[in-house]
Amino acid sequence: MSFLELKNVKRRYGAVAALDGIDLEVTAGSRTAIVGPSGCGKTTLLRLIAGFEAPDEGVVAMDGWALADGKASVPAYRRGIGVVMQDGALFPHLTVAENIGFGLSRKDPGRGNVIINLAHTIGLDNEILSRRPHQLSGGQQQRVALARAMAMKPKLMLLDEPFSALDTGLRGTMRKAVEQLLEAARITTILVTHDQAEALSFADQVAVMRNGKFLQVGKPRDLYMKPTDRMVAQFLGDTIVFSASIADGFAQTPLGRLPVDVAGTRENVRLMLRPEQVTLQPALQGNSPETASGKILGMISDVEFAGATSTVAVKLLNYQNASGCEAPLVLKGPGIEARSIGDLVQILVRGTAHVFE
Amino acid sequence: MVRLERSLWQAPWMQTAAGLVSLMAFLPVGFIVWVAWQTGWEVSASLIFRPRVGELLWNTVLLLFFAVPASMVLAVALAWLTERSDLPCARIWAWLCVAPLAVPAFVHSYAWVTLIPGFEGPFAGVLISVLAYFPFLYLPVAAMLRRLDPALEDAAASLGFSSRRIFLRVVLPQLRLALCGGALLVGLHLLAEYGLYVFVRYDTFTTAIVDQFQSTFNGPAATMLAGVLVACCLGLLAIEAAARGNGRYSRVGSGAPRNATRVRLGRLTIPCLLLMALTAILSLGVPLLTIGRWLLIGGSAIWHIHAIGLALAQTIVLAVLGGLLTTMMAIPMGWLSNRAPGKLQRALEGTNYIVGSLPGVVVALALVTITVRVALPLYQTMTTILLAYALMFLPRALVSLRASIAQAPVELEHAAASLGRSPARALWATTIRLAAPGAAAGMAMSSLGIMNELPATQMLAPNGTRTLAMGFWALSGELDYAAAAPYALVMVLISLPFTWLLHAQSKRMAGR
Repeated sequence: MSFLELKNVKRRYGAVAALDGIDLEVTAGSRTAIVGPSGCGKTTLLRLIAGFEAPDEGVVAMDGWALADGKASVPAYRRGIGVVMQDGALFPHLTVAENIGFGLSRKDPGRGNVIINLAHTIGLDNEILSRRPHQLSGGQQQRVALARAMAMKPKLMLLDEPFSALDTGLRGTMRKAVEQLLEAARITTILVTHDQAEALSFADQVAVMRNGKFLQVGKPRDLYMKPTDRMVAQFLGDTIVFSASIADGFAQTPLGRLPVDVAGTRENVRLMLRPEQVTLQPALQGNSPETASGKILGMISDVEFAGATSTVAVKLLNYQNASGCEAPLVLKGPGIEARSIGDLVQILVRGTAHVFE
Repeated sequence: MVRLERSLWQAPWMQTAAGLVSLMAFLPVGFIVWVAWQTGWEVSASLIFRPRVGELLWNTVLLLFFAVPASMVLAVALAWLTERSDLPCARIWAWLCVAPLAVPAFVHSYAWVTLIPGFEGPFAGVLISVLAYFPFLYLPVAAMLRRLDPALEDAAASLGFSSRRIFLRVVLPQLRLALCGGALLVGLHLLAEYGLYVFVRYDTFTTAIVDQFQSTFNGPAATMLAGVLVACCLGLLAIEAAARGNGRYSRVGSGAPRNATRVRLGRLTIPCLLLMALTAILSLGVPLLTIGRWLLIGGSAIWHIHAIGLALAQTIVLAVLGGLLTTMMAIPMGWLSNRAPGKLQRALEGTNYIVGSLPGVVVALALVTITVRVALPLYQTMTTILLAYALMFLPRALVSLRASIAQAPVELEHAAASLGRSPARALWATTIRLAAPGAAAGMAMSSLGIMNELPATQMLAPNGTRTLAMGFWALSGELDYAAAAPYALVMVLISLPFTWLLHAQSKRMAGR
């Protein structure tokens, strides 16, 4: 049974529909990521769930209670939903301890202990508690913002791109730490981000959003490997797309006869592979394309070395039909594989190709 | 229990309030147009196009033409010396450059006239104007110099510029906004100033309007003079807007700028110190010396403690109430310009800005006429005088308030709401707490203005009111200069802390 439920939620700003009929179900204790390019309406959605704004239409319900029904809405301060904003939004006039304790009753005798425990949980020292927000680093500020929201013991936590202001190195560590903290506290979480890798690694459920609508909602692996359309596919990662006919669970493609994830016989469908399904093996120079029957051969046409990874462009040699694969394949591989332009390679494909419905 | 409710945030309370304030602010201009229309074109024209108006216009132009550029040059020189050179005791000199603001302009002029009898006419007018008002230019220019990124100057030096050319081509252009804003402020003050020019017998529109008002109460002649004065103010605003241009002067790039290095003066140190000392002597020494001399001459006979105490109490009551009202009226505008910026807000702010630049005497004239003709019970009441103060000093309060509300982004209010605070309590715990110092500073600035205000107070205050400025004016008008000295001293003493505040505020604004 779902903990948070959104039904046909709409919100307009003047002529622009920021949210155009959003449906979402979130189960208790799960992590959901809403991912989309900037301006797709994901922050608006978060603000509606938090209660900073009311929807024009639609229902938001949590734990069986309506939070918003059309323009009638429970105000944010009565919702008990934790929010961590992009830059933390710490109160500059209060110390770290006062920030963390902001939501706690001043009369509560255990207040001091709660603050210290929270600070420990999020990995901050006691001595930091008396500092002011501007004396903290970006990562520390975000931790304090999280502790402040957790002090309320919310059942639902909303994270609005909380990691985007951090350095690349710190971002991954912070994400993992936050994930574990929220998991341990059994807090249902919704993360809004424009970073697909972050969304895929953080969440149990990912919703891809564009122009105020969800394009697809599902498990990260399903979304990545079986996207419903090219837009979702391309937003979540690089793709190799071609058209082909399928029969008996196989498709004849420029990369050979590949298994597909649908049964039946169909003409002219669009297929998608992720580039990491394709591996290259050195082919002997002596093998001319003709003698290597059955093997798919290619020639390296460009190499871009970037340390850990190296990107190569491969031109297919024994496939002349221009059915959507005339451009060279662009693949990323480990940087230690030294390849140079002109090398002959054999192309191998792992797993199945995905068919767009 | 959980209850659904319609959000109160959507109600346009603030828009309505800001609109009302702006409508009130339009009273003075509307009044002039109304009188001109009632008087009829021919009579109005005959009142406007006459030799007397031409004479006043010439006086005004002459004053602006000499006093404003002189103040600009003096302010830039002093600001550069205190901020960017290794002048000894720069911090003390910086404070001495702001301190003349604590001396009301008419006290400056009283000091000069009683020190050098017969010190009158255009030269005296220009000199005292510069001495009384150059700090208004010094403050923004010094703040801007402190904030300039020295990396730009380094870059220019690496491109082969000499220090003199760097100053002209890199530093000075960046001072443009500060210079334009400060010059406008000085210009508007010169147009509005009354007491200063009466002492040196230099007629301007403001003195002429007060004369006219005293002889014929509120005839159309005074109103038409006010109309020309308003036109002068609008002209200044237009010139400033054109001179300011729309270039971008903010820093490009991120990171905190380094502190600027100071230029070594070397052999020029002594002449520069002399310039500093001369300015301080003329702008502070002369008034203090004169006040001291009159106090000595007067002895204990001039200290009518009861009268002075009453005047002080009345001044403080008016200043506090007026400052409070001004700040309250500024809140809707300040809130709007941060939280709901848009066409409406810009239009409202524009009106407030223009109206706020009108001389007090115009506002007073308008309110006298309106109360006498439409709402007689309000004539010469506290309500009217406080309203006049609020209209005159609204921009002062608005500037501080707007900057401090900007320090409190709406996200903080949201964060407080998500932590369980009701809207009112969230507002109190975040925005109001953060904006309070700025609001207090704005209120202090308005109060300072009210304390030293003369013509509007004279025209509008309830019968029997005698503020410090009015007491000073009445006594010096009877040529009892010694008896006026205690009033001058008290005014300077109360103004000093405010001046200090202004100095600190401009430093802090540039600090980060």
